[in-house]
Amino acid sequence: MLDQPQGVSIGELAARLRRRECSSRELTADYLARIERHDSALNSFITVTPEAALAAADAADQRLARGEGGPLTGIPIAHKDIFCTQGVRTSCASRMLDNFIAPYDATVVSRLNQAGAVSLGKTNMDEFAMGSSNETSWYGPVKNPWDTTRVPGGSSGGSAAAVAAGLCLAATGTDTGGSIRQPAAFCGITGIKPTYGRCSRWGMIAFASSLDQAGVLARSAADAAHVLQAMAGFDPNDSTCADEPVPDYATNLNDSPRGLRIGVPREFLSPELDSRIAAVIEQAIELLCQLGAERHDISLPNSALSVPAYYVVAPAECSSNLARFDGVRFGHRCADPIDLDDLYQRSRGEGFGTEVKRRIMIGTYVLSAGYYDAYYLKAQKIRRLIKEDFQRAFAEVDIILGPTAPTTAFALGAKTADPVAMYLNDIFTISTNLAGLPGMSVPVAPVAGLPVGLQLIGNYFAEARLLNVAHQLQQASDWHLARPTEQKLRS
Amino acid sequence: MQPSDVARIANLAKLAADASEIDQYASELTAILSMVEQMNALDTTAIEPLAHPLELTQRLRSDQITEPDQRKYFQQIAPMTEDGFYLVPRVIE
Repeated sequence: MLDQPQGVSIGELAARLRRRECSSRELTADYLARIERHDSALNSFITVTPEAALAAADAADQRLARGEGGPLTGIPIAHKDIFCTQGVRTSCASRMLDNFIAPYDATVVSRLNQAGAVSLGKTNMDEFAMGSSNETSWYGPVKNPWDTTRVPGGSSGGSAAAVAAGLCLAATGTDTGGSIRQPAAFCGITGIKPTYGRCSRWGMIAFASSLDQAGVLARSAADAAHVLQAMAGFDPNDSTCADEPVPDYATNLNDSPRGLRIGVPREFLSPELDSRIAAVIEQAIELLCQLGAERHDISLPNSALSVPAYYVVAPAECSSNLARFDGVRFGHRCADPIDLDDLYQRSRGEGFGTEVKRRIMIGTYVLSAGYYDAYYLKAQKIRRLIKEDFQRAFAEVDIILGPTAPTTAFALGAKTADPVAMYLNDIFTISTNLAGLPGMSVPVAPVAGLPVGLQLIGNYFAEARLLNVAHQLQQASDWHLARPTEQKLRS
Repeated sequence: MQPSDVARIANLAKLAADASEIDQYASELTAILSMVEQMNALDTTAIEPLAHPLELTQRLRSDQITEPDQRKYFQQIAPMTEDGFYLVPRVIE
């Protein structure tokens, strides 16, 4: 049995499992006990599946006993409740899907199952992944394990809080405008959003289809590499999935950053940024330069327009995607509808929460007759300019670094009354989604006891480079090893 | 955005909303759209719109049946069915 499960990496645990020093059943039972003990303070899980987890652990132990299995066999993880899991409630944190038992597994879920990972359950999130604080969930907000009066970030806030609190070793997430990177930053863990199309979206409940991408929340770049390896790759069931070979992410982790050209956008490290956050970001960039990287100051001139363009494109796609929730085939249906229109209107009016309805209405408005050119087409043109900014930058540099978010985790309730203030918290992450580029967040030195994330942005399909640079930073520092204390979890 | 605009949009989006919700949405949607209108600061006349980040076109597959019939299984989670059909209120009297 492990006395300190928080301090152990996936690689070390996999080695112990292979040497039969511990069993996956013991490990899984240990994590289930941690969830039982701590999650009432955090609310990071919507559904815990102990029986299925222990059965998967037993199957993993049998594989390991035969000398089979890979780096994830027997490793306890969790899935964001946006991924369909056969026979298990998949709610997307919405009343609309509170009664929805998914009839099949998402491709990402089945690949991780095949790799032998043990799913402990489904993590809390913003409703339909719409939010930056995990406060829009039908199941209540998630609390930040570093300070339970603060938000964990969102929308993958349950996954981030669970990983940070040591309730699972890694978790899946999705990132449409920053939903992996921002909660990873707020919770002091490592998160990677791959290139658009790198992981299959099949069975991942759609929010904005040209932006959504699955990724990983973990405690280190090396751990994230193991999980992404199992998830990534072509899937004929997703017509937007990239048919590109997946490199072995472990191979290049130890490459030296000597000669690496780092681009620092002046729009990201501007004088308006909180000087304490700027200082710890600069400290991390300086560390990479000491390891041999070169710093280049660059510009992404249109990045300020990423939030306005995103709040046209994402709601437009969401209004279309969420049209399928009609109270007819699955999900919430209102009581005693008088006619078909009443059935649609009340099922949707009752099933969706306020933020989801806000976004459906924005999307419906910008796509409605007479407004399409002024909003939707305009936003798609800005989207091209943002992509071109990055393409120009990547002609000169190998990687772009800056802060993940303009603040540390804010207080629960601080931004719920002002949607625009909430949206602007994603100012540094959204442009990456509009361009379809891979992005990552890794912890740097804390500010006032709260985690801060360094964002790494790479060129298309450069996930191996991101993981390599993040790993090198983590080899040379110990910021990623900081953990919230159990005392904080109890408070 | 006026409450009457919100009522029209809510109807297009098939979302039931009462009067107080509509007033609330009117002020929030106005604030969001004024943030969105920062886009107008930039002249984009000559710019081609970008719909797909990698500018790929949709992949096609051959027109063959690949899925087995799982109607019974899928209808287990339906709110109301009869004889294999999904039930809704009467549409034609």
